[in-house]
Amino acid sequence: MVGGSAMSGSKNIILERIRQALKKEDSGTTDDILTLPDIERSYEQQSNLSDEQKLHLFAERVNEYRAITEVIDEEEIGERIQSICSVSGIKSLAVPGGIEEKWVSALDSGVRLLRDEPEPLTKEELNNAAAVLTGAFLGVAQTGTIILNGGPGQGRRILTLLPDFHICVIRQEQITGILPEAIIQLDMAVKESGKPVTMISGPSATSDIELNRVEGVHGPRRLHVLVIKQKS
Amino acid sequence: MNNKPALNPITFEQSAGSYLADTQLRRNIGHATQTIRAKRATAVGELPDWEELREAGRLTKERVMNNLDEYLLQLEESVIKAGGHVHWAADGEDANRIITGLVKEKGVTEVVKVKSITTDEIKLNDALENEGIHALETDLAELIVQLAGDEPSHILVPAIHKNRSEIRDLFKEKLNIEHLSDKPADLAEAARLYLRKNFLKAKVGISGANFAVAETGTVVVVESEGNGRMCTTLPDTLITLMGIEKIIPKWQDFEVFMQLLPRSSTAERMNPYNNFWTGISDGDGPQEFHLVLLDNGRTKVLADETGRQTLFCIRCSACLNVCPVYERTGGHAYHSVYPGPIGAILTPQLRGFEDPSAASLPYASSLCGACYEVCPVKINIPEVLVHLRGKVVDYKNEKGGIRHKTDTIHIGMKFMARTFQSRNRYERLQRMGKIGQKLFVKDGAISRLPGELAKWTSIRDIKPIPKQTFREWWGDRQ
Ligand code: SF4
Repeated sequence: MVGGSAMSGSKNIILERIRQALKKEDSGTTDDILTLPDIERSYEQQSNLSDEQKLHLFAERVNEYRAITEVIDEEEIGERIQSICSVSGIKSLAVPGGIEEKWVSALDSGVRLLRDEPEPLTKEELNNAAAVLTGAFLGVAQTGTIILNGGPGQGRRILTLLPDFHICVIRQEQITGILPEAIIQLDMAVKESGKPVTMISGPSATSDIELNRVEGVHGPRRLHVLVIKQKS
Repeated sequence: MNNKPALNPITFEQSAGSYLADTQLRRNIGHATQTIRAKRATAVGELPDWEELREAGRLTKERVMNNLDEYLLQLEESVIKAGGHVHWAADGEDANRIITGLVKEKGVTEVVKVKSITTDEIKLNDALENEGIHALETDLAELIVQLAGDEPSHILVPAIHKNRSEIRDLFKEKLNIEHLSDKPADLAEAARLYLRKNFLKAKVGISGANFAVAETGTVVVVESEGNGRMCTTLPDTLITLMGIEKIIPKWQDFEVFMQLLPRSSTAERMNPYNNFWTGISDGDGPQEFHLVLLDNGRTKVLADETGRQTLFCIRCSACLNVCPVYERTGGHAYHSVYPGPIGAILTPQLRGFEDPSAASLPYASSLCGACYEVCPVKINIPEVLVHLRGKVVDYKNEKGGIRHKTDTIHIGMKFMARTFQSRNRYERLQRMGKIGQKLFVKDGAISRLPGELAKWTSIRDIKPIPKQTFREWWGDRQ
C-alpha cells in the first residue's frame, strides 16, 4: 500500500486544520452529528398524482428524452419483446439472472439468448450483444427516470452498458410520482444490500458540440421502456 | 514534481482584453450561455418548490461545513466498511503521489478518466504523465480539449470555445480519420468508436465525485454521455478523487441535490446517467476502490466565515451562464480550472493573494447579482467577492504601506463589503446607482467611468443596472 504513515499524517493535518478553521476546542467524535435534528425540509416529499397520472406522466417524460415507451398488458409481454427484436433486427439478446421467463418465452430462433447466469458473460460477449433486456427497481414519473439497483432481473451494471439497445420492463406499481418518493426506497435498499444504483433518463447523450443533444456517445443509443399495466 | 499553481503574472484584466478581441470565441460562448440560460429557467420554473429545495440545499451544506471533521470521519468509516480504501491528501502534491502510486502498483501505463475538475485542479494528468502513465480523458469535450492540448473553458461544457468545424478538423488529424462530416452525431460516433476499445481494455479508472454520503459511503458521479458509467464499472480498480467539501450527510439528501443539480447544470429534469456506488459489490464492477479526500486549500476557505459558503458549491455552472463578464470574456481569462463567478471567489481563496492572477479575480465581476439569484445552494457570490476585494486591498496594504489606505478602491471596497451584508443597504445602493449611472450610460452600456474606475471600463463595458431589478419586479408582482 502507498503512504502508510504519510497518509495518517495528512489525515491528522486535515482534521486539525478543520478544527482550527471552525474554532473547535475538542477533537470531537461523530457523536455530535448523529444526534443533530434533521434540517427543515419544506419541499415536496410526496406527490398527489393518481396511479393513472403517474403512468401517463412517466411515459410522456421518458419519451421526451427520445426513448420509446409503451404501456402493455401482462399477457402481451413475450410477444412485444419478440416483435421489438424482429423489427429492430436484434439477433442476440443478453439477459440477467432472475429475469421472468415469460418475458423471453416468445422469442423465435432468430434471437440468440445470452444468459448472464450461471456463468457471467464476458466483456466481449456483451460488447457484441445487440441488445439487453432487464427489469427495473423503480421509475420516477416527474423526471422520466428508470432506476436500477442490481436486484433480480436487473443484473450487473455492465449488462446495461455495453449493448447498444436497452429494453427495460417496469411495472406500473413501480412508478413513483416525484424523486423524493424514489429516494426513500433507495435509501433502504442501499442500506440493506449495498449494491450500486444507476439512474437512467433517456439514452446516452452529450451536449458538448455546440450544445446540440446528440444521442449515444457511450451507453446504449436506444432505450425502449415497456410498462406493464397494473391489473385493476 | 511541483504541482503548486504557477504564479501566473497575467491578471484577469490583461487577458480579458485579448479574449474580447477573439470574435469566434465570443460567438461560441455567447450562443452557448444564452441557450443554457433559457433552458435552465424553464427547467427550474417547472418545480413549484424550487426555493424550498434551494433552502434545504444550503442548510445541508452549511451543516456539513460546520461539522466537516466529523462527517469526514463518518465517511471514512462507511467506505471502509463497504470494502473501499480511504486516503487523505493535504494538498495536490499529496494526492498526486497517492494516485500515481496506486496506478503504478497495478503496473499499467494507461488509465481511463471521467471528467473531474478536481483532478484538473491538482494537475493529476501531468503528474501521471511524468511517471509514464497516460490518462485518457473520455468525456467528449475533455477529449477534444486533450487532443487540442487546450485548457477547459467551462465547468460543464469544457470545449464550449470550439465549434464543430474546429472539432472535425481536430478529430481528422488526431484520430486519423480520413472522411468526417461536421455533424454532431458523426463527431460523437467517431469518439465512441475510438474510446470503446480503450474502455474495454482499461484496468484502472479515475473519477471525481459529485457527492459522497457520509452515512453509507455511497459516491456519485452525475453525467450525460455514459463514459462515467464505463469508467466506474469496467476497470478492475477505481480511484476517485474528491474535495473534502463534497460530502452530504445521508441518502435522503439526494432528494434535494438530485433535483437541484441537473436542473441547474444541464437544464434537464434529470441528466441521462447518475452512478451511485457503495464501496465494492461482489461480481459487479471494480473489485478495488480507493477514495482520495483532498484538502488543497479548502480548509483555508472554511476558516473564513464569509468565504465558507464558497464550499457549498455543487459545480452546476449556472452562475457562469448568467454572468455578463463570463459571457464576454470566456473561461480562459480566469486562468484557473474554476472559471466564472464561482472561480472568481474560489480561486483566490484556494491559491491566496500572493498569486497576482488569483488576486485580480475578485474584480472580474460587475456585482450584478445574477449569479446569486440562480445559485442552487444560495451562495451569496457578490458578498464574497466584495469581502475578498477588501482582503486583497488589506493584503496589498501590508505589502505596500500607507499609500493604499487612502486609495479609492480600498475605501470603496470597505463600503461595498458593508453594503452586501444587508439586503436593505444593497437595494438602497442599487437605487442610488441607477440614478448616478445616468451620467455614464451610452447606447445601453456603461463604457467609461470616472477616475479610478476608468481602469475597469477601459477594457469592458459594464451592463448598467436595469431600470427594474429582478427583486423589484418580483416585489411588484406579488
Ligand atoms: S456557485 Fe452556485 S451557481 Fe455557481 S457553480 Fe457553484 S453551485 Fe452552481
